[in-house]
Amino acid sequence: MKKVRILTAIAAAGLLALAGCGGDGGGTPAPGGGLKPPERTKLAALGTGEGQVNLVAWGGYVEDGSNDPKVDWVTGFEQATGCQVNVKIGNTSDEMVTLMKTGEYDAVSASGDASLRLIYGGDVAPVNTDLIPNYKDVFDGLKNKAWNAIDGVPYGVPHGRGANLLMYRTDVVTPAPTSWSVVFDANSPHKGKVTAYDSPIYIADAAVYLMTHKPELNIKNPYALDDTQFQAAIDLLKQQNTVIGEYWSDFTKEIQAFKSGDTVVGTTWQVITNLAKADKAPVEAILPSEGSTGWSDTWMISDKAKHPNCAYMWMNHIISPEANAGVAEWFGEAPSNKLACAKTADKNHCTTFHAEDEAYFSKVWYWTTPIEQCLDGRTDVKCKDYSAWTQAWTTIKG
Amino acid sequence: MSAVSTVDRPVGGATAAGGPVRRLASWLHRHGWVRLTALLSAPMAWLVVAYLGSLAVLLISSLWTVNSFTGQLVREPTLDNFRTIFAEPVYRNVAVRSVAVAVAVTIIDALIALPMAFFMAKVASPRVRAWLVIAILTPLWASYLVKAYSWRVMLANGGPVDWLLGGAGNGPGYGLTATILVLAYLWLPYMILPIYAGLDRLPNSLMEASADLGGRGGRTFSSIVLPMIVPSVIAGSIFTFSLSLGDYITVQIVGGKTQLIGNLVYANIGAANNLPFAAALATIPVFIMIGYLVAVRRSGALDEL
Repeated sequence: MKKVRILTAIAAAGLLALAGCGGDGGGTPAPGGGLKPPERTKLAALGTGEGQVNLVAWGGYVEDGSNDPKVDWVTGFEQATGCQVNVKIGNTSDEMVTLMKTGEYDAVSASGDASLRLIYGGDVAPVNTDLIPNYKDVFDGLKNKAWNAIDGVPYGVPHGRGANLLMYRTDVVTPAPTSWSVVFDANSPHKGKVTAYDSPIYIADAAVYLMTHKPELNIKNPYALDDTQFQAAIDLLKQQNTVIGEYWSDFTKEIQAFKSGDTVVGTTWQVITNLAKADKAPVEAILPSEGSTGWSDTWMISDKAKHPNCAYMWMNHIISPEANAGVAEWFGEAPSNKLACAKTADKNHCTTFHAEDEAYFSKVWYWTTPIEQCLDGRTDVKCKDYSAWTQAWTTIKG
Repeated sequence: MSAVSTVDRPVGGATAAGGPVRRLASWLHRHGWVRLTALLSAPMAWLVVAYLGSLAVLLISSLWTVNSFTGQLVREPTLDNFRTIFAEPVYRNVAVRSVAVAVAVTIIDALIALPMAFFMAKVASPRVRAWLVIAILTPLWASYLVKAYSWRVMLANGGPVDWLLGGAGNGPGYGLTATILVLAYLWLPYMILPIYAGLDRLPNSLMEASADLGGRGGRTFSSIVLPMIVPSVIAGSIFTFSLSLGDYITVQIVGGKTQLIGNLVYANIGAANNLPFAAALATIPVFIMIGYLVAVRRSGALDEL
């Protein structure tokens, strides 16, 4: 960061203090319908770095070369800004929300099912995009979306997007699957060796499957499920539970299970497939015909950030063409920066991951927090909110 | 009491008797209860504030709820959490499963520990005995996680356990059986040591007397040894039972899709960010253990701890 503008520490401190007093955080119970997020102030000007920055991130988002010496977009940042990067891996969105509530972390790579909860919980502050030069190169299709902005006020910078995939052992699962039915079928030949993502948000994966296979349920959005639709998804997942070997949230465990053959088919992320392949496991991953759930992630800054300047520098860095291309290729997702497409090692990366293909992403259902007001616009029924999803998830696992 | 200081005076001299330390010491000597209070107040404060206090906080917070969207605590006492626990069969099933695992682990450990401890206390030479005690204690120095993950590798498809049983897929794999197996392995020392201590105190003459009166090995064991070491077995079972009841890491590593109470508590803290509900769930093992300890107290096993 050469263009760091000088700012008196007093101004920054005063700002933080102001931000600290801004309301007591989302006491209003029902979200949606006229709910306002608590008042939070954005950083006015950038100062010098504080020497370090504490991040909460998805595995594979903050790589310093320790997993693969060629995969490193942290060391250069640390040298250029003097901000030592400390990263805590969050395995699920719920875990990330919990971590951010501690106030120990400066920034987070939040998916759509975490971002709104963070905004309405008052845990994150709006972002001053003037302080992030690379923001102008972000795809317009990712700016000011329901999950990263409120009334046109951005609460973060878009990081990238992608779909949850179906991974399988090529030596065991033959013929290669094309549909999610291989993990939902009660008579699956791979009984006891199927895996699923261990988070309530996985209920949406069942809903996506039902959208194709039970059209009479009329599910329009897998995150807006009324009683009947929700019950159908729960029933499907209970049926799936009989063929599940184990659920995963810690992805190192998933890699080991696929490698040893304890798990042969189940949900995954592209980065897990890459790591498993690097470990010589015979696996492949596909986007099944039903479509899938996915994510569109946003780097957000904590309202209680102790290192706001370093956090801003990080947000600018991670969406810079080079770093954004690096993450996108390593994690296996579409970058958020237009210029990143020219920087990827594989020149077809942006085409492969449909970076500019809005039609493709219309089939991917980004993780979103389910709320009582149906997200698909229905007003005649009430939808199940996330706490209902959480309790149902316990019941499904039995 | 003043006689003491008069006697002391010629020995210690006038300076010693007048010194503040000396005066304090004699004052404390005269006021026994102050001495006792000073000695015990720190540990008592620890016990009451940190230990019982946190239990009280647990109970109180279990009556709160959380705003499901923003995750903010709602500090209004309600019994909703407990209502959910009693109404939803899944929580009852998980509680029953957890107790069953704890009982199974305790029984397995007792069955392995009894002959082992008997050999150590009554058969082995003092030299061998010392080595056996070391051998049992050594695994306790290794990290819990390392041991659990080693078992994950051993129980993997086509791993050593499968191989011993004659091929891939023959082993138990990950699941409830694996959980019980690994927990029984982890807590075994806590069962052996109290039984060993109990048997060590059992006079050999009792067994000789039994033999003199014509009692065979089995009879001597069931009529003489067992009744005398029951308190030791119960003491060991308190460890294995409570440790198994609260465990959530082993079951995550080798338990497959199995859920125990610990997992539900963990999921509600880590994933759902619902601390009050986690607190409500955490009271289940607390009450089970209180019931168990009250029952055990009558057996006199608490003297063996």
